[in-house]
Amino acid sequence: MSVLLESLGAGRVVEAHKPVPRVVVDDDLWRSVASRIGASELTLLGLWGDIAAVHMAVLDESEPSVVVVTRQCPHGRFPSVGKVHPPAIRLERAIRDLFGLEPDGLPDPRPWLDHGRWDVESPLAPRPQRPSERAPTRFLTAEGDGLHQIPVGPVHAGIIEPGHFRFTANGEAVVRLEERLGYTHKGIEWLMQDAPIERAARLAARTSGDSTVATSLAFARAVEAALGIDVPPRAVWLRALMAELERLANHFGDIGAICNDAAFALMHAHCGVLRENVLRASDALLGHRLMMDRVVPGGVAVEPTLAGFAQLEDFLSATEKTFPRLVELYDNTASLQDRTVGTGIVAPALASQFGCGGYVGRASDRSFDARRTLAYPPYGELSFEVPVLDEGDVNARVWIRIREVEQSLSLVHQILERLPRHGALSVPCVATGKTCEGLAIVEGFRGDVLASVRLDRHAHVERCHLRDPSWFQWPVLEAAIESNIVADFPLCNKSFNCSYSGHDL
Amino acid sequence: MRNILLQSLLRGPLTERHPATDATAAAELAEALGRSARNRLGRSLAIREVDAGSCNGCELEIHALGNAYYDLERFGLRFVASPRHADVLLVTGPVTRNMRDALWRTYQAVPAPKWVIAAGDCARDGGCFSGSYACVGGVAEVIPVDLHIAGCPPTPTALLQGLLALLESAH
Ligand code: SF4
Repeated sequence: MSVLLESLGAGRVVEAHKPVPRVVVDDDLWRSVASRIGASELTLLGLWGDIAAVHMAVLDESEPSVVVVTRQCPHGRFPSVGKVHPPAIRLERAIRDLFGLEPDGLPDPRPWLDHGRWDVESPLAPRPQRPSERAPTRFLTAEGDGLHQIPVGPVHAGIIEPGHFRFTANGEAVVRLEERLGYTHKGIEWLMQDAPIERAARLAARTSGDSTVATSLAFARAVEAALGIDVPPRAVWLRALMAELERLANHFGDIGAICNDAAFALMHAHCGVLRENVLRASDALLGHRLMMDRVVPGGVAVEPTLAGFAQLEDFLSATEKTFPRLVELYDNTASLQDRTVGTGIVAPALASQFGCGGYVGRASDRSFDARRTLAYPPYGELSFEVPVLDEGDVNARVWIRIREVEQSLSLVHQILERLPRHGALSVPCVATGKTCEGLAIVEGFRGDVLASVRLDRHAHVERCHLRDPSWFQWPVLEAAIESNIVADFPLCNKSFNCSYSGHDL
Repeated sequence: MRNILLQSLLRGPLTERHPATDATAAAELAEALGRSARNRLGRSLAIREVDAGSCNGCELEIHALGNAYYDLERFGLRFVASPRHADVLLVTGPVTRNMRDALWRTYQAVPAPKWVIAAGDCARDGGCFSGSYACVGGVAEVIPVDLHIAGCPPTPTALLQGLLALLESAH
């Protein structure tokens, strides 16, 4: 039993929750866990609503161990975690919007996902309400001589997702940035309720297109944990192959796009070719450029082709020659470094407070990587490094991506060597006849994706929550841009590359 | 940097070097598209992309149109930053209720004559998100659509095909 679980001894352990324990606690224990998170003893991995209950997933990085803590709220209220731990505030605003549960003491009670445009209120509550009249959203203020506001979005200038940014600037310098998200809220968790597993899996795959493999994998692993299913070894390796290809495609795209936002188009052009090569190899291998719907609960949906493997080998040997030259180009272009070094700094303390995953965390000295820290299969059998830097600027976030590309290329080699060429790719997801629950945490290119699933006795989804890493990165972007010039925002933003859709759901 | 530039010059364009069937089809399409664009619009079709609540998969493939393999810009087809500069709105997503107004206002800001392309299965009828309290369900529910490009997401080749079809039908 983990030390973390022992410290929750007064709670009731729910047997049906796999593979980590879920503990139902009272107000006092809930508050004490919240304050331990606030004191940085524990890391908050997620906080989500349910029918008359709230759950939070917490990580003890020292062990490491994960526990889900549940507070039942028969009266529709629970003690706010955001009150002692600011990173929970947006999560609680979302719980309020979706479930109508009231976090007592929540410092910022403004709606978050609900922009007052749905024709229901608290859509996921047992009895959704008709929408009430409400005042328009007020942005946070900044006062002083010569301050001016710049509203940007939701429709942006580039080909990117919608969101609103409200800058308060003093001349060129940003004094405050406030984000307003929720524009891409599609009601995914509502659509998943009562859905058969296959339909819910398709929705999970479309939560954030750039992380379709990672999100599908998190969902699938949560379902498999709940049902007590072991997927065939060939599927385990193939899934890891897909996850690394997705990471490569996105990192190539990001490295190029960040340089492009610093007006260095050459890098963008070359990285764009590398990205396209990954997508073409993925398409040849599994019949879809983004590998959507390839990872499914129970295993992998599509038999990989021999031609695809050959194309993948070609891609690897070509990239191993070209990529180092691009790294050299990045490293030797002073005018580019001039833009990226020292820009958009995230202090390590902030990254650890917010539990920032992915390159945002690892560029600011937070070494968490679910593949290493939680070592889900097959990563325990693979050799790779988790690069960590502590400068926390745009440059560091570029370098983490560069190092991760190198690691992923090596991982793809290792996986191709170990991948069984024959054997089953999936097993059926059979209902257990009982309600069952599962949790999974998977490392996407952007950071750790968390999936929590409860299935009914027919193996239909009763409740599913998907937490994108962006939840703990978006708020940090607001801090990173402070005192930088407005013109550097695109650069900072791209170096984070948070998901709108994954966050808004 | 000089080496990389020099190598790129000597190597020639990637589009022609890639023998995959997909790439060949793309090259043919791209050529046809270039011809039409010139005939109808004098090499200057400006496209404004609007994400009306997509999962971002569609945007990734629209982005790919700009890479060295597809290189949309060589035909004078280009993405512009403002709807006021646009001839075409390229819209993705199931149109979330939270984006409905923004989409409508963006459409209003495009000067006539204008065309609307709905890209992706979501943009047709909401796709797998249809029926949600948070989605309107299809671009045509909000603004008139001239053409729909199927796919989840549509491949860059399918997107090129769609642009071509629009140019063929636009007078
Ligand atoms: S069509 Fe597919 S890829 Fe495009 S937004 Fe919809 S779900 Fe995403």
